[in-house]
Amino acid sequence: MAFRLKLVPDHTTFDFFRHQVLTFGFSVFLVLASIGLVLTMGLNFGIDFKGGTTIRTESTQPLDVGAYRTALAPLNLGDVSITQVFDPNFDADQHVSMIRIEAQAGDEAITPEQMVSIEEALKAADGAVKIVSTESVGPKVSGELIWTAIWSVLAATAAILVYIWLRFEWQFSVGAVAALVHDITVTVGIFSLFQIKFDLTIIAALLTILGYSINDTVVVFDRLRENLVKYKTMPLRDVMNISVNETLSRTVMTSGTTLIALIALLVLGGDVIRGFVFAMTWGVVVGTYSSVFVAKNIVLFLGVDRDKDKKDPADKFFTEKVADADN
Amino acid sequence: MLQIPLWKRVLIIALCLAGLAMAAPNLFYPRVEAHNDALAAFEKSGALTADQAAARDAWPSWLPSGLVNLGLDLRGGAHLLAEVHVDEVYAARLKSLWPEARRVLAEERATLGAVRRVESPADELRIQIGEAAEIARAVELVRTLASPVVSLTGVGQNDLEVTGEGDIVTIRLSEAERTATDDRTMQQSLEIVRRRVDAAGTREPTIMRQGTDRILIQVPGIGSAAELKALIGTTAKLTFHQVIGRAGDANSPAGAGNIIVQGQDERDGFYILDEVAVVSGDELTDARPDTDQNGYPAVAFRFNPTGARAFGDFTANHIGEPFAIVLDNKVISAPVIQTHISGGSGIITGRFSVQEATDLAVLLRAGALPAGMTFLEERTIGPELGQDSIEAGRIAAIVGLIAVVAFMMLSYGLFGVFASVALLVNIALIFGIMSSIHATLTLPGIAGIVLTIGMAVDANVLVFERIREELRKVKGPARAIELGYEKAMSAIVDANVTTFITALILFVLGAGPVRGFAVTLIIGIATSVFTAIFVTRLLVAVWYDRRRPKQLEL
Repeated sequence: MAFRLKLVPDHTTFDFFRHQVLTFGFSVFLVLASIGLVLTMGLNFGIDFKGGTTIRTESTQPLDVGAYRTALAPLNLGDVSITQVFDPNFDADQHVSMIRIEAQAGDEAITPEQMVSIEEALKAADGAVKIVSTESVGPKVSGELIWTAIWSVLAATAAILVYIWLRFEWQFSVGAVAALVHDITVTVGIFSLFQIKFDLTIIAALLTILGYSINDTVVVFDRLRENLVKYKTMPLRDVMNISVNETLSRTVMTSGTTLIALIALLVLGGDVIRGFVFAMTWGVVVGTYSSVFVAKNIVLFLGVDRDKDKKDPADKFFTEKVADADN
Repeated sequence: MLQIPLWKRVLIIALCLAGLAMAAPNLFYPRVEAHNDALAAFEKSGALTADQAAARDAWPSWLPSGLVNLGLDLRGGAHLLAEVHVDEVYAARLKSLWPEARRVLAEERATLGAVRRVESPADELRIQIGEAAEIARAVELVRTLASPVVSLTGVGQNDLEVTGEGDIVTIRLSEAERTATDDRTMQQSLEIVRRRVDAAGTREPTIMRQGTDRILIQVPGIGSAAELKALIGTTAKLTFHQVIGRAGDANSPAGAGNIIVQGQDERDGFYILDEVAVVSGDELTDARPDTDQNGYPAVAFRFNPTGARAFGDFTANHIGEPFAIVLDNKVISAPVIQTHISGGSGIITGRFSVQEATDLAVLLRAGALPAGMTFLEERTIGPELGQDSIEAGRIAAIVGLIAVVAFMMLSYGLFGVFASVALLVNIALIFGIMSSIHATLTLPGIAGIVLTIGMAVDANVLVFERIREELRKVKGPARAIELGYEKAMSAIVDANVTTFITALILFVLGAGPVRGFAVTLIIGIATSVFTAIFVTRLLVAVWYDRRRPKQLEL
């Protein structure tokens, strides 16, 4: 037999419920801690949600944040934050900064005159500075964007809940959604903990995590459904263990390839989308964990009605086929 | 099950080849883009410069030339979200009603008494009559000015709501009329913005309405959002007014129905003008740069027949009086009317430079924006930043791809190679589809493709793992492969449908770059299912037919 990289042995018999109190408890703790973090530390909302202006500058001279700050101080722009950006992709003489200015009064976050005076002030402080991008979002739009974001996450969750309910049974759908809520909360939590900029693209990442995590969960559920037919008398807990063990190799493989691709992007993809990629990478880890340790615990807790003679047609289609194949 | 009918094989291969062909132009992006630009230029002007002809010939015309659109964040450019002040139009509309209302009421002055306009909020017009007892008659008279609204929603509604209370008649626009007016205002604004942006000659601008009163404008390649704003934000609202008198400052009392307007610069002081314009720039049919009798730059204009008549009547009745030419709320000149101007044409003199006169003529021809705009959101992305992002994304994608391919081969051997081939086809298909539907690739979109590289193998992994399991249970590799595909199917379907749902929601609710991400994700899901189920399977089937292995190494 040729060499094969095997992250998971062919046959595993882990008992995923053995440390149930620990693993599930850990998840509950993470969720509660995340909610606590968001409530106490809040999120570092980007201008998409808060309104304001960000300016990205590039200079061939080393960045002097203090000089920029002094240069902008006389313009009375309110809260101004200046941070240096580091990235392995930058050239040696490429010094990048992000300047963030709070939304000014009125519908527009910044006036063209203010923009011109900012550019002049920066030029005076650093002759080689160039403004490579500016973004400005007025308070009116940012308020709406928050709602759009919340709606889209809720809508996606609800749609998944319904789909799983139709394809499986309601207990599965509750389990899947619990896993999703877990993933989203913990991801938002880490953004709060490290105060990483939270903007519209992060919402896109959250939705992608939803998709990924449900993908993982569904594969386990699918196997569980199949095994419930196969082992009619075995306790639910054992059937679940078998199902997770059987799909473990696949779970690890897919998470592995996805993480490989994402880590390449995280390291090499540039700083502009780093927050976005970080959210997805973290989400893949959390999503994999939750489909193994959260979703099915909820299903076990709720129990599955296994004596149903009448299966819904969607189930029947696949289970019959599988039954044929086994004969 | 390993037998795949010939027609299916041909179809699968044909689809893959079509995808590859559609994706290929993207490898020669600058060359194909220049080729396409040259063709577009030819269509527009019918002639080509030598450079353009060379660019056209650099890419054979029988090859596919569809390209993936690069989003603003990759190409660089400006993005603006503008809110149109639609209610300004209501106010203007009501103001223009006053002369008509005065006329109908004045005809029955004998019973109604003196008619005068009184101060009112901007969204209504209030008229006071002398005899409060006759208010019902006054309301009736003013109602004759109303006409039914022609719109889908406001059937049977009139455009005006007229009410009387005490000795005051109040005129408001009805709900249906407001909606209809909003629509007209938005259409007009869109059209004017489009013309102005097109005049600047940039490539493929996006100009579209969003919601009830917003316009989204995206122009690739433009230097900054400020530049774009200057281009579309200049209102060039031209009106001609009767001059009532002069004022010392902006706060002097003007009297009802009059306005105070500043002169061109400070030392010109202020003018008191009749609020109702005699004619406005909307009635211009032509405007071009010209010179006045002293050789100074000026703008020559011509009115349409209605404008010409109104202007003619006015000049006939006001010989020897000054009238004001107002541009963007400034009196640019206030000449004295020498004769009755009947031809409907004339020149505007101001203190223009040649450039200013030319610009003004262009703006006047394009027409004025019917209402002001506020810019709610603006983004400028420099072209270098976009280029850096493309470069970083490309490197990350290649490294990710190599790593995934290596990982798959190490894990599944020959089957890993099959999956890797399918993965490459998958990426080509994504680009092929995006090129043929001219979808926009954004930076998050690149992330979506990289994510797809990681996740696309999932369907293959599901199948391979299942085959491995079946190999332990059943006899013969053929049966195991068959069962592997069959049993993995429901998991593949469920897993991808749920991902598809979230991607769809992203697409519907997301905007800009996020939507670009959703597009690549949706296409990626479709192509990865196709390649995993059909392409890999075809490869496996062909291999199995040739080799007929007794034992499967997986």
